[in-house]
Amino acid sequence: MTVMAVARRTLAKDLRLEWRAKDAVNSMLFFALLVVVIFSFSFDPTAEESRRIAGGLVWVAFLFAAVVALNQTWARELRNQVLDAYRVSPAPAVSLFLAKAVGNFILVSVLELLMTPLFVIFYNLRSVGPVYQLLLIAVLGTWALVVNGTFFAAISIRTRSREIMLPLILFPISIPALLAMVDATTSVLTGEASPRFWLQLLAVYDLVFTTVCVALFDTVINAE
Amino acid sequence: MKSSASAPTDAAPGGAVNTPQQTPVSRPPVNARAVVSLEGVVRHFGRFAALRGVTAEVDAGRLFLILGENGAGKSTLLRIMAGLLKPTRGSITMLGSTDLREVASRMGYMGHAPLLYDELSAMENLRYFAGLYGIAQGIDTRCQAAIRLVGLDPELKRGVGQYSQGMRQRISLARAIVHDPELLLLDEPFSNVDVQSAREMARLLGNMRDEGKTIFVVTHQPVVLEAVADESLLLSAGLLAARERGLPEYMKFPYSQRADHTDADKGNDGACPGPVEGGER
Repeated sequence: MTVMAVARRTLAKDLRLEWRAKDAVNSMLFFALLVVVIFSFSFDPTAEESRRIAGGLVWVAFLFAAVVALNQTWARELRNQVLDAYRVSPAPAVSLFLAKAVGNFILVSVLELLMTPLFVIFYNLRSVGPVYQLLLIAVLGTWALVVNGTFFAAISIRTRSREIMLPLILFPISIPALLAMVDATTSVLTGEASPRFWLQLLAVYDLVFTTVCVALFDTVINAE
Repeated sequence: MKSSASAPTDAAPGGAVNTPQQTPVSRPPVNARAVVSLEGVVRHFGRFAALRGVTAEVDAGRLFLILGENGAGKSTLLRIMAGLLKPTRGSITMLGSTDLREVASRMGYMGHAPLLYDELSAMENLRYFAGLYGIAQGIDTRCQAAIRLVGLDPELKRGVGQYSQGMRQRISLARAIVHDPELLLLDEPFSNVDVQSAREMARLLGNMRDEGKTIFVVTHQPVVLEAVADESLLLSAGLLAARERGLPEYMKFPYSQRADHTDADKGNDGACPGPVEGGER
């Protein structure tokens, strides 16, 4: 039984559960939609201003929305204490982590796909720089959010005030990634600078935190 | 059963508390045949001592009841044996290994809660958990067989969240046995289960014991297993107070010796079903 085989099986199970319950997707979509509409009415920016603020706006909205999904995926494992059934099995803990992280990546990516057209319409966005770079930023940035989010959600899920705990732990540690995502996105949208440095920073951030989370997850999941 | 100071006695413990048997037993000699060996297992939750030094050894192919009042440490002991909790002090050897991860595939655990996903059907749940134990070939056949063994229909399509509590308990048992474990740890398997189903589950456990599997059952309804239980471990305030062959006399079903008893006689509301008929070893 390989790590990847169990991870694939767990991912398929998680996607099936989400397809049936739609807990995470619905709450994420609703939250992100609120942010888009409220900010759009609050600022009413010109096209130029939009390009400057859109990077921050988009990623903050996705970060907040992702937190909702991250909590949901682990809450499901605590209902009926299903996590215990996984823990007593010989399946490797890292498979569970990878399945959850990839599952969250898919959910947040779906959210981004659905919300991006709305951002473009509400903020009258048009990219000056190459659009393919935005795609790269989205992939690296989303992974940065979900890999840490999945890990810290697993830590906070067993605390009493988990809804508060997760943002408290996750947001400070996500600041370097958030900074890179926002600056890279703004660089591409305005076309004023190259996002290369920020993309490299994001790649390194992803690599470091993925390694650390994978290495420590067994300890986290079996902590009492 | 091979054991030392904690060997079963035929004497009814009467009041298990404040008897000489209640003092922590001394370290038993090493028993090569033991499938479970507990040595001075202590478990604290903060300042509360749930287990205060449990020492015991048990052999394979027997069915053990773990009995005791609420808070005696029964579920804690079972969770330690399953590897879900680590002892604060003491050591535990399961199936010849002190690394419980090594032998996880040979053990089955059924907890207080169902340990099932409400949104998935019985078959979907079992398929997923069987996969965690590396079962790939003939997975559907095995899952169907496990569900049938506990008396349910594998064709049920609705999520287990819509099942009755008793049905969920039975699916939970099916989940615990789907990978055909050598050692089975069951925490309150009969709670919310109707009388007839509890008897069928008890008979199933008896059959599994006869096939050579070792079974531990934490229960407040020991009378259900009266005919199939080999030994009772009585816990009191975190200590192994006594070991008895079969079920302690004072816990036996009061009507079980009568040939003419009926369910109505027993005033049985399902909370404490009578013993399984037959199956005596």
